[in-house]
Amino acid sequence: MNSTAFQKIYTKLNQITKATCSVKAAGVGNEEMAIVSGRYAQVVKIIGDSVTLQIFSGTEGIGTDAEVVFLGKPPVLKVSDQLAGRFFNAYGEPIDGGPEVEGEEVEIGGPSVNPVQRKQPSELIATGIAGIDLNNTLVTGQKIPFFADPDQPFNQVMATVALRAEADKIILGGMGLSNDDYLYYKNTFENAGVIDRIISFVNTTENPPVERLLVPNMALTAAEYFALEKKEKVLVLLTDMTLYCDALSIVSNRMDQIPSKDSMPGSLYSDLAKLYEKAAQFPDGGSITIIAVTTLSGGDITHAIPDNTGYITEGQLYLRRDTDISRVIVDPFRSLSRLKQLVIGKKTREDHPQVMNTAIRLYADAANAKTKLENGFDLSDYDERVLKFAREYSQAILAIDVNIDTVNMLDTCWELFKKHFNKHEIGIKEEFMTQYWK
Amino acid sequence: MTKGIVTGIVSNLVLIEVQGPVSQNEICSVVHEGLPLMAEVIKVLGNTAYAQVFESTRGIRIGTEVEFTKKMLEVSLGPGMLSKNYDGLQHDLNKMKSVFLKRGEYTEALDYDVKWDWTPIAQPGDKVTGGDWLGEVPENWIKHKIMVPFTMTAEYTIKSVTPAGQYTIDETVAVLVDKASKEHKINMIQTWPVKLSVRAYKDKPRPSRQMETGIRTIDTLNPIVEGGTGFIPGPFGAGKTVLQHSLSKNAEADLIIVAACGERANEVVELFTEFPHLDDPRTGRKLMERTIIICNTSNMPVAAREASVYTAMTIAEYYRTMGLKVLLLADSTSRWAQALREMSNRMEELPGPDAFPMDLPAIISNFYARAGFVYLNNGNTGSITFIGTVSPAGGNLKEPVTESTKKAARCFYALSQARADSKRYPAVDPLDSYSKYLEYEEVQEYLNANVSPNWVEEVLHTKDLLIRGREAYDQIGILGEDSVPLAYHDRYWKSELIDRIILQQDGFDPIDSSTPMARQRYMLELILSICDMDFDFDSFEDVMPYFTKMINLCKQMNYAEYGSVTFKRYESELHTLVAERRISK
Repeated sequence: MNSTAFQKIYTKLNQITKATCSVKAAGVGNEEMAIVSGRYAQVVKIIGDSVTLQIFSGTEGIGTDAEVVFLGKPPVLKVSDQLAGRFFNAYGEPIDGGPEVEGEEVEIGGPSVNPVQRKQPSELIATGIAGIDLNNTLVTGQKIPFFADPDQPFNQVMATVALRAEADKIILGGMGLSNDDYLYYKNTFENAGVIDRIISFVNTTENPPVERLLVPNMALTAAEYFALEKKEKVLVLLTDMTLYCDALSIVSNRMDQIPSKDSMPGSLYSDLAKLYEKAAQFPDGGSITIIAVTTLSGGDITHAIPDNTGYITEGQLYLRRDTDISRVIVDPFRSLSRLKQLVIGKKTREDHPQVMNTAIRLYADAANAKTKLENGFDLSDYDERVLKFAREYSQAILAIDVNIDTVNMLDTCWELFKKHFNKHEIGIKEEFMTQYWK
Repeated sequence: MTKGIVTGIVSNLVLIEVQGPVSQNEICSVVHEGLPLMAEVIKVLGNTAYAQVFESTRGIRIGTEVEFTKKMLEVSLGPGMLSKNYDGLQHDLNKMKSVFLKRGEYTEALDYDVKWDWTPIAQPGDKVTGGDWLGEVPENWIKHKIMVPFTMTAEYTIKSVTPAGQYTIDETVAVLVDKASKEHKINMIQTWPVKLSVRAYKDKPRPSRQMETGIRTIDTLNPIVEGGTGFIPGPFGAGKTVLQHSLSKNAEADLIIVAACGERANEVVELFTEFPHLDDPRTGRKLMERTIIICNTSNMPVAAREASVYTAMTIAEYYRTMGLKVLLLADSTSRWAQALREMSNRMEELPGPDAFPMDLPAIISNFYARAGFVYLNNGNTGSITFIGTVSPAGGNLKEPVTESTKKAARCFYALSQARADSKRYPAVDPLDSYSKYLEYEEVQEYLNANVSPNWVEEVLHTKDLLIRGREAYDQIGILGEDSVPLAYHDRYWKSELIDRIILQQDGFDPIDSSTPMARQRYMLELILSICDMDFDFDSFEDVMPYFTKMINLCKQMNYAEYGSVTFKRYESELHTLVAERRISK
């Protein structure tokens, strides 16, 4: 995006704040890109002949005589097959030392899919992790975040899911990713020999925070190209969305907007929905699935970021350390995949929904029994049995390092039911009881 | 026609210097690169109009021309709306052929090439006014009334009525004459500004008839009535949308209008995909044939979101005036409130609580007030039952949208996180929720006459048992299982029996997902008869296994066809089990 000879250069800045500057200019379009003293900027407000620009890398050292060149187009990404296997920065420029990508220029953050043109998601994504496949089955075209505290191994779990998911393309949108985590992803994908299926847009903690705002749209624009033009199954990984929202709040603050809950902009819901809703199952077979990470502060999901996210995404996954077995599990209580109903018992074995619910109900009874124990009460025989069940269930199925298929998971559940309980304590439809209670 | 030019752009708010008169809420088009982008005037200051654009403003420049229409946001009303999928501004989504929504691509709400089978109702010489029926055309399975346009509120005499036959919607079907002897040609289309309520009815009495939904926790415990209002607040993941979908599938209404307002696209796709295949048990036709979907998903332009709920309400009012029972569902009204907040913020208004506009409670009450049961001018009845969902931030019910809605809606179905976590679906909290209608004498009379002679008393008794069960549960938790009297366990497990069998319902099971009132009565009276019995237990450890056996049998009954051999077999097993420990008085 270099300036060309015929472009008009403006040099009279009349206002500079920490993230924005204003210049007197004419004929400028809303959301157009510009270069201010060699830095990328975008038009965010026009009042009369005063154009306000948001400078992505900050305004440090920008003078009132800085050169402003308008590029006449919103942010774009060049899309083609050459994207595969490459690493880019937030502007879509290569950072892996390779050549520029050639291809058609596409505006990022384009229009939304007509809802009647979408197809109902119906293809499940197998991950081998029971906390996901059994209890919270993922489906292509779904969008789901991990709600995780910063100390939890969400990057590892997400990389595992990405590798097992058998997607045609995996697109990583890294926002405020630490350099170490960036290298972790890079190495994991390289070691798995899948690097030609990976495309990364990365803004690390070393880059200016406002640049992050471009990353998810870059990743999703690339995803739309592969899902629509190439009819591929695309998996988009976005980490960490909390840092993306922080960047939104910085900008809205600089624009003098009245903050709503938790100092976030009032438009947070719409801003996030525009990204997450890019997940879709297209009629011709291509799909975009989004798995994101939203880091929490002390597990607080009432904060505006996880709260708004929860209302947009199709469920959420929580990680938890099960101290009984000293392993990390996907929390069966709070995690939820809203689209699982579309596949469980239909694409998986018919007893799946009931077995899943029963196992979770028993696991919940175990949690109650534990509370009783902590409060110093005696345990009943049933309590003892559910506690034993919970431990084995956690160990044999839930632990995230277990890698088995759903049939195997269901059979194991039935074995555990039989081992610890009577028929009437299970409460499953009789037709399944006769078939599987052996 | 007034024209103007753009002088400023802040996100989807544009400032327009106008050359001529403009009015508040007037619709205008910002002509960007030949595409007319719809916008609504929301503030006028001197000769500057502030308009919210219903589309993305990307690329719009200063100096862009704007054309004003002199009209507020209107919908077109006429036959052919059933089974359509509209966006928030009533553009037909199915007529847009590309995968992505194109900016400025607007499609007609009605079909102009379809011929309708017209039958007159009114006679020449009849005196008529807005909302009176002139004739009817069959639309799917309903008799779609062609009415005198609502805007014609004076009295008119019918000069002529077109004889029965096949006509398109823009052909004249009647000619009316006003007091000044001026003739008015009427066709099957009329328009109405969405922000104003349609008042073409005689009288709006208190509602009295129950509206069956097939959902036990609503019908039995906190019934909603025809023309009633209710709302469903709940944190994410508590099952608001699943509950609304069950309502739309099972509710006993002539017509369902779903306003998907700022929610997930995949949920709307579920309606698009399933409704054309699901049978409507009353008519034997497909559910889609009685459904209209107004869809502004969360990624569609924010400004149109506000319009979408009004569009839906206006269409509901139109069908109500035909004497139909309309159920209007809005998911979620919080997204609508947020859209109001975003605009208020851009206009730099002083914020109210949580940065929402100060008049939020008034806007919400006005909207809910548009629902209701009415007597039409010709003595027929019609109703709009409205149920909205609310998505409170952080699941905290002490936030402005929930509080404002609580003042406006008469039924409150609180979804509880704790119930959802333990998979007790539908997660409607039986104790926090209420239906004000249960206090209406008219409703009590109706229920006692139509469900069971002592029904209201039985329902209140059920609620008491649930409260006592909760108290006993708390005591057991505090004092320990072996330190409380045996009766506490008995009380808790009886409430658990009601909870698991009456309140919990498997929304995905073909039989259990919808329970007719007769079956609800049968099961409730069966369960209550058990709850009123005394049982003999040696120790508290006997209580749970005994009741879980009972619950298991009742659950199998719920899964079985009502009155079938299987159903009866489980029932007799249940009676045998009950007899084991029953103490006869």
